[in-house]
Amino acid sequence: MNRRKLQNYLGLGVLGLFLFITFAFLIIFLVRMFYMGSSVLSLEFVTTNPRNAMTEGGIFPAVVGTFWLTTLAILVATPMGVLTAVYLTSYGRPMWFVRLVKIAINTLAGTPSIIFGLFGMAIFVNLMRLNISLISGALTLAILALPMIINATEEALRGVPSDFSEASLALGATKRQTILRVMIPTALPNILTGTIISIGRIAGETAPIMFTAATFYSRRLPESLSDEVMALPYHIYALMTEGTHSASQVPIAYGTALILLLMVLSISGVAVFIRFNIRRNRKW
Amino acid sequence: MKSFKEKSFQSITYITSLFTIVILMGIIYSLFREGLPLFKTVSVKEFLFTQNWYPTHSEPEFGAWALIAGSFYVTLGALLIGVPLGLGSAIFVSEVASPKLKEIAKPVIELLAGIPSVVYGLFGMAFLAPLIRQWFNLNTGLNVFSASVILGVMIVPIIASMSEDALSNVPKSIREAALALGSTKVECIFRAVIPSAKSGIIGSILLGFGRAIGETMVVLMVAGGSAQIPKGIFSSVRPMTSTIAAEMGETVMGDLHYQSLFALAMVLFIITFVTNLITELVFLKRSFR
Repeated sequence: MNRRKLQNYLGLGVLGLFLFITFAFLIIFLVRMFYMGSSVLSLEFVTTNPRNAMTEGGIFPAVVGTFWLTTLAILVATPMGVLTAVYLTSYGRPMWFVRLVKIAINTLAGTPSIIFGLFGMAIFVNLMRLNISLISGALTLAILALPMIINATEEALRGVPSDFSEASLALGATKRQTILRVMIPTALPNILTGTIISIGRIAGETAPIMFTAATFYSRRLPESLSDEVMALPYHIYALMTEGTHSASQVPIAYGTALILLLMVLSISGVAVFIRFNIRRNRKW
Repeated sequence: MKSFKEKSFQSITYITSLFTIVILMGIIYSLFREGLPLFKTVSVKEFLFTQNWYPTHSEPEFGAWALIAGSFYVTLGALLIGVPLGLGSAIFVSEVASPKLKEIAKPVIELLAGIPSVVYGLFGMAFLAPLIRQWFNLNTGLNVFSASVILGVMIVPIIASMSEDALSNVPKSIREAALALGSTKVECIFRAVIPSAKSGIIGSILLGFGRAIGETMVVLMVAGGSAQIPKGIFSSVRPMTSTIAAEMGETVMGDLHYQSLFALAMVLFIITFVTNLITELVFLKRSFR
């Protein structure tokens, strides 16, 4: 009997230890990022251009570049994602086509991001002659975000009780009206949550924009869709691997990483907050 | 009789859905179109099974075996770290933790999932690698071990959240039956709950595998980058993804080196595609829901 008791406590202890190690890593990670990053962080850091071959100055062009890349990508991906999810939940015929679409979505979701980068390079940059530009990068990121948005929206739409759509149809509304005026508005908070989470994800992606949009250094802000852009994640990578003044570049890389981290974490914080509020206020 | 508006709306949703398939086809097409021509010059056997990767020499050699092996070594290392941590955390959260701890632990693990991979890469390169170098007295801390540690932590949230789902779907009656028969908590978990959630757990591990083998920035920054079969956990490696990312900038569109990198991407795509398909169809059965 004693042996089993001992085994029980030991087993539970080991399981708890694994959770503890995961927590500990996260804490060490966050402390390190904040500690190293905050030493260079200032308002000037996010609002001025880099100076002196990246060894001084701020990261303003990278902030702007990431903003535009992410915004454009989401503007392209959201309508497509929502419409696809509408098809899957409300029309869904013929069945073999639905299965094919689902397999495609799941495959895209599991495809490494560097492959999206190569695809973007082969199709947008070379074949469509968009060159290395904001638009090539944004389209590549949009494709990366698409499966996330479809899955989130599909789940949101399936969460709408069938009474809602039945009531709407019984009142004589058409299927299209039911979808646009009942289903989507009801599911909207959940759709938004999914979209916001995917914003956070694509803002931090590096591999897809490496060969499609990003440049290590640009003197000016992007002025058109066909300009190369700086971006926060690529900037971190470039600071760590290029250039010769690593002593002054590493702190800037930490600062950039902290900004990116704060951005991404506050974005997902907003998503968690929205989800929390939906759960609390839901009336059905 | 459906009106024009109804029909056109339905058609639009149909077309956007079709687009997902078109994109997937486009990815496969572009990889194969750029990658396959390599095999006119280099045989498939030579590409896959020899290990001299000298793409820029005057007589270039394209043996990718060391790169493929590098990917598998790093991924295996990541699983050795990520599976116990992820699965252990999931089991603890779902079976042992108090509701309060549960409420804290789940968002914290989700937080890990939101951290961009390049930031993990920076952490590995500027913090972990120097530590590893010091502790083990090495020439460089950029090696299989460091990359595996970082990748392992990266896949913890995937494994944890998916296997937590699987565990919480196990009916309560199974736990009650095991406990009523006099089993301890741990016996109940390992002999009753885990076997019932087996397929979901294996699915989560396979997803973690797919994520780790396809991850680019971490291995690019932390794995060291020499194209050799690793001799131990402290040797430097160059997995497929970091080879593509590091060398694509040096190539000229359409030359042999460019083709060979696309051929590497084909190999990578096939690995993740097959893993995903097996996961979805056999273990999670999601595509047919």
